[in-house]
Amino acid sequence: MQSLFVLLAVSVVVFFAVYAVGDPIELLVSPEASVADRQVMIQRLGLDLPVWLQYTGFLGRALHGDLGTSFVHGIPAIELIVQRIPATLELVFVAISLTILIGIPLGLIAGLKSDKPTGRGLMAGSVLGFSLPSFWQGMVLILMFAVWLHWLPAAGRGDTVTVLGVPLSLLTASGWSHVILPAINLSLANIALVLRLTATGVVDAKTQEYVKFARAKGLRPQRILTRHILRNILIPVVTVIGMEFGSLIAYSTITETVFAWPGMGKLLIDSIYQLDRPVVVAYVMLVTFIFVMINMLVDMLYAALDPRVQLQESE
Amino acid sequence: MKTPDPRPTAVNTPLTDTPRRRAILKQLRSHPTVKGSVIALVLLLATVLLAPFLAPQDPYNLAVLDLMDGRLSPGSASMNGFRFWLGTDSQGRDMLSAILYGLRISLTVGLSAVALATVIGSLVGLMAAYAGGLIDTLLMRLVDFILGFPTILVALVLLAMLGRGVDKVVIAIVVVQWAHYARIMRSRALQERRKEYIEAALNLGFPAWRIMLRHLLPNCLGPVMVFATIQIANAIVLEATLSFLGVGVPITEPSLGLLIANGFQYLLSGDYWISMFPGLALLLLILSINVIADRLRSALDPRST
Amino acid sequence: MTTQPLLAVYGLHTVFHSEEGAWPAVSGVDLSIQPGEIVGLVGESGSGKSVTGFSIFGLIDPPGEVIAGEVLFKGQNLRDLSEEQMRQLRGNRIAMIFQDPLMTLNPVLRIEEQMLEAIQTHTRVPRAQALKRCVEALEMVGIPSPEKRLRCYPHEFSGGMRQRVAIAIAMLNQPELIICDEPTTALDVTIQGQILYRMQEICRTHGTALVWITHDLGVIAELADQVAVMYAGKIVESGPVSQVLDAPAHPYTRGLLDSLPGAIQPGQRLQQISGMAPSLSNRPNGCAFQPRCSHALPQCATSEPERTTVDQRTYRCFAPLVALGPAA
Repeated sequence: MQSLFVLLAVSVVVFFAVYAVGDPIELLVSPEASVADRQVMIQRLGLDLPVWLQYTGFLGRALHGDLGTSFVHGIPAIELIVQRIPATLELVFVAISLTILIGIPLGLIAGLKSDKPTGRGLMAGSVLGFSLPSFWQGMVLILMFAVWLHWLPAAGRGDTVTVLGVPLSLLTASGWSHVILPAINLSLANIALVLRLTATGVVDAKTQEYVKFARAKGLRPQRILTRHILRNILIPVVTVIGMEFGSLIAYSTITETVFAWPGMGKLLIDSIYQLDRPVVVAYVMLVTFIFVMINMLVDMLYAALDPRVQLQESE
Repeated sequence: MKTPDPRPTAVNTPLTDTPRRRAILKQLRSHPTVKGSVIALVLLLATVLLAPFLAPQDPYNLAVLDLMDGRLSPGSASMNGFRFWLGTDSQGRDMLSAILYGLRISLTVGLSAVALATVIGSLVGLMAAYAGGLIDTLLMRLVDFILGFPTILVALVLLAMLGRGVDKVVIAIVVVQWAHYARIMRSRALQERRKEYIEAALNLGFPAWRIMLRHLLPNCLGPVMVFATIQIANAIVLEATLSFLGVGVPITEPSLGLLIANGFQYLLSGDYWISMFPGLALLLLILSINVIADRLRSALDPRST
Repeated sequence: MTTQPLLAVYGLHTVFHSEEGAWPAVSGVDLSIQPGEIVGLVGESGSGKSVTGFSIFGLIDPPGEVIAGEVLFKGQNLRDLSEEQMRQLRGNRIAMIFQDPLMTLNPVLRIEEQMLEAIQTHTRVPRAQALKRCVEALEMVGIPSPEKRLRCYPHEFSGGMRQRVAIAIAMLNQPELIICDEPTTALDVTIQGQILYRMQEICRTHGTALVWITHDLGVIAELADQVAVMYAGKIVESGPVSQVLDAPAHPYTRGLLDSLPGAIQPGQRLQQISGMAPSLSNRPNGCAFQPRCSHALPQCATSEPERTTVDQRTYRCFAPLVALGPAA
């Protein structure tokens, strides 16, 4: 439906834009190469065809799962990206876990103590989380924990263990020591966001009638918090976390660059440098696809959590 | 018997209404962090404008640089007794001067990008609201489309195509940001459009552009301007990030982001100042803008106490 | 011989703090409720009646604060109790019902859970037994097929049914006193009648005392034994319902009675009390009702009338409409 249109539109825009600018031949062929050699290269990469033909060819191949071959590495772009996905997913997974494990509890505290210094301090501090540039936060983390304290490594991914053909570093100790700093970096902005969202949710909920009624029933404060307030605020929080998953993948480009983490994001940056267009195009297509999927999933999750939404649909 | 009626002022009085404006300014001034931010910002702006005169050394004049001065820690002196208050980078460049020039670029990019995005976005939003119907739907679909993607990705891909350059970075930021303004302007314009003074203008037979620009626009500026001030800091951060990643401004015109990137590799060996000081300058810039913008927003928000 | 009142309130003062100072919402309220008695607290919006109810219950949150007075429940001053001790009383020995039944029930939890927790937070009762009590409570308020209804969500009920659920919840632990804050105001008149009837029945059967807060004098006439009329934070008149409504002493009470639609003949204009009740921030000097009173004396504008007690009736007025001598 609409999602398909989005995918198609993105493919058109990206393809034409990326292919229309820049000349990768310059990069791949040494200046001394003969004209003949250049011709061979051009033909091999399909660059001698008119642009619109290149596009249709591209589209045709894309529908078969072939999103072009990397100029630089010579293997299918998709393959290249897929190789790097586990690393990025690890990073994103740890980042989301941190967001939930740190953001929600801190947000609850900030909301419950909203009129005390603790709460106000948390809210003020959270502003730093999303206003400070991510790469800067990463650098400070490296400076503090790697250079000055020597507690954690400054770059790279830890040792991996291959499970079902997929190399995972979260199963090793060195893997964890390497992933912690980049994960913190990636998640800080989201922790701040979730913190604020949870806090405002709690503050709103505190003044709701049903909370007053719960107190009128003589319920213990803990129960009011867990059963009444939490259920109501979790709905928007979960939605946000779901939506943020996509942007985490996007922002991992920065974190992966700062921490030299071998994921999709770093691949993108490298490919941009090297004018490896097929990889750039493939990356954008893939990420768009992921976004569209996530949006649909979030809609479904929302319906599952809020019984009012469900009932409307069944009526 | 008791003090006067504390009802809040009407939501829809235009900003030009003096009592309201005075109340807003008063609220802005009262907060302590605002004073600090304004001072910081004014100082920064002054140094930026006067950079060529203030900077002890022209960081781009290669003749002045001496490699022997490279990577000196803050406070050390060069061969000819010149003090590097903030240290030097690997090329022997005085960090203080580099930062002053870098601030210039960062601020220029940020301000021009926001200005352009505001103009373009507002016009689009205005047109969509005024024209309605198919044009509105098409324009808003475009807006939704752009806003559906993470900004960093769009900017990255754009710059991958355009290459490096200050103007190109501005273009990329504008492309990413304009859609926000379009949305804000459109919703405000839709509200205003229904009001009687627009009906009157229509009945008087004024041409569409005149109604849009001279009647509708001034009354819709409020929320857009507030958003713009908040976005300045975002634009600066975006530019810094893009430059840090190496796709932003060129080496010949380094912004703070690029300076930070250049110094990054020396971080691990302990020469922190090459990255840190530009970073702190960037921070100061962003924070002061954010504080002022945030206060402005709560001052203008009729729901705030 | 007088029995000890179930609830006795002396000199209750509640204020709301603001930048300009402390606005008085309740200025010296005295109440006395016998076990099993139904007391109506009548007044316009802003009179302080709801605040009185919340103050008794201990649910006044900042910026509000109860600054003076005693609230004696079975002889014990509730204001001396800690929050935890109050919590044990709430929903248990004293219950409260609010005005808007949609918002008092948590929309994302089933009725069953919201009822069970009201029981289990106070006593250890096996789930099956607690469920039985819930079903009985729902039956008592007249909800059909209660076992099935327990599994429903609040939005699956109509307004009247939701309020019945709230009443059922209030009754779960057999409280001795229920404070009802305008529980029927948000409902249709016909539903209102049904709920009133039920409440009366329940209270007579279980001997539960009620404080019924409302602006509708008509409801009080049907339901209550005693009535207290509030205006601008003070009780301006109180006494047995039949006596007060037959021969009101305070001009405000008279005004309220006259403005009831039933008080006039068809075709006649509805009576109104001219003017508006003062808000918290601009209560006049002297008697608060004086600007709207047609019987005002000069001294009403300068000094506040003290409370006069004659038998079981009280009033605050320099110029009462009825001369109340010793019991006639």
